[in-house]
Formats: sequence, structure tokens, C-alpha cells
Amino acid sequence: MVSVHSTTKMEEARHKKYDWLFVCALALFIPGSGHMWLGRRNPGLIFFGALSLMFFVGLWLQGTLFPFDFGQPLVVLAAFAELGMGGMYAFAVFMGIGDGSVVNPTHEHGNTFLIVSGLLNALVVLDVYDIVHGRK
Amino acid sequence: MRSHFFLMVLFSSCVALVFSQLMRDKFEYQVRLGMLLWAGFVVAALFFAWLMYPMPL
Repeated sequence: MVSVHSTTKMEEARHKKYDWLFVCALALFIPGSGHMWLGRRNPGLIFFGALSLMFFVGLWLQGTLFPFDFGQPLVVLAAFAELGMGGMYAFAVFMGIGDGSVVNPTHEHGNTFLIVSGLLNALVVLDVYDIVHGRK
Repeated sequence: MRSHFFLMVLFSSCVALVFSQLMRDKFEYQVRLGMLLWAGFVVAALFFAWLMYPMPL
């Protein structure tokens, strides 16, 4: 039986041990790395595999990494969604890939893969936040 | 490899896998939810495709 006092102490120790901002930033930068850092290896590997696959399939299908063009609200929303892939998004932008090709039959499929991978990684980051704060 | 059906199945598999990991902790519940989500995505896509089949492009 664990008393309320010792549970609070444990939570404090956990907060000190895992700086939530660092772990969330890590999870945003590399999908699944936050879970792996917290000792949840299997979910971390699954998130890394599934989200990386979705992101690179999206690029392969000639999807677009949307620019932050605030004159077009839907384009900005898509850009924010894709930004959820963090490090991989930065890598793709840095390498100059992700221009997409609107005449390609799979262009919209690629956009869907890219956008959904970013949104799912945002959910993964929120999951990491919950784990660090002891809600899961 | 660029089959629309294959891409839809791949998309469904990835999304079902991620959601099952996020929403359930025990392995058997993860498998059950993942299969349910995957089947739901695929069946719903085929159903709506069948509904839209007579529509002119």
C-alpha cells in the first residue's frame, strides 16, 4: 500500500527526472523517441516506423510540403499539420524535397499521408506529455 | 505499387496501428481496436466507393 504522501513524492521525483519540455521536444523532433526515452520501447518503435513510413510514402507520392502562406488559410492549416513531423519536416525542407507535383495522379494521396502523419505525431507528443505527468 | 486500393490499405494500417497504441495499454485490447479500426476504414472506403461508382467523373 502506497500512501498519498509517498505518491506525491514519487510524482515530484518523476517530474524532476523527466523534464517534460525536453521529452515533448524530443518526441516532436523524432517520432516515437519520447516514448523510448520514457522506457516504452515497443510503442516508440511502432510510432517511429508507422509515422516515418507515412511521411516518406507521402513524399514519394509527390505530396507537397505546404508553405506558410497566410493569404491562403487552408494552406496554412495544412502547413501547421505537416509541421507536426518536426525533425523529418525540417530535413525534407532542408533537402529541398516536398515540392510535389499537382499533375501526378497520386498527388492528393501524398498530401493526405503527409498531413495525417504530422497530426498523428502531434497526438503522440500529447501522449508523451500525459505519460510524464502521470496521467497514463 | 501506386494502386489506389493498396495505398488506402497502407494508410488504414498505419493509422489503425498508431491509434491502437495511443488508446489502449494492453496488447489484446490494442490488437482488437487496431483490427476494428482497420476494418472500419477499409469497409467504409469500399462502401462509399460503391455508392459513388455510378456518379460521372
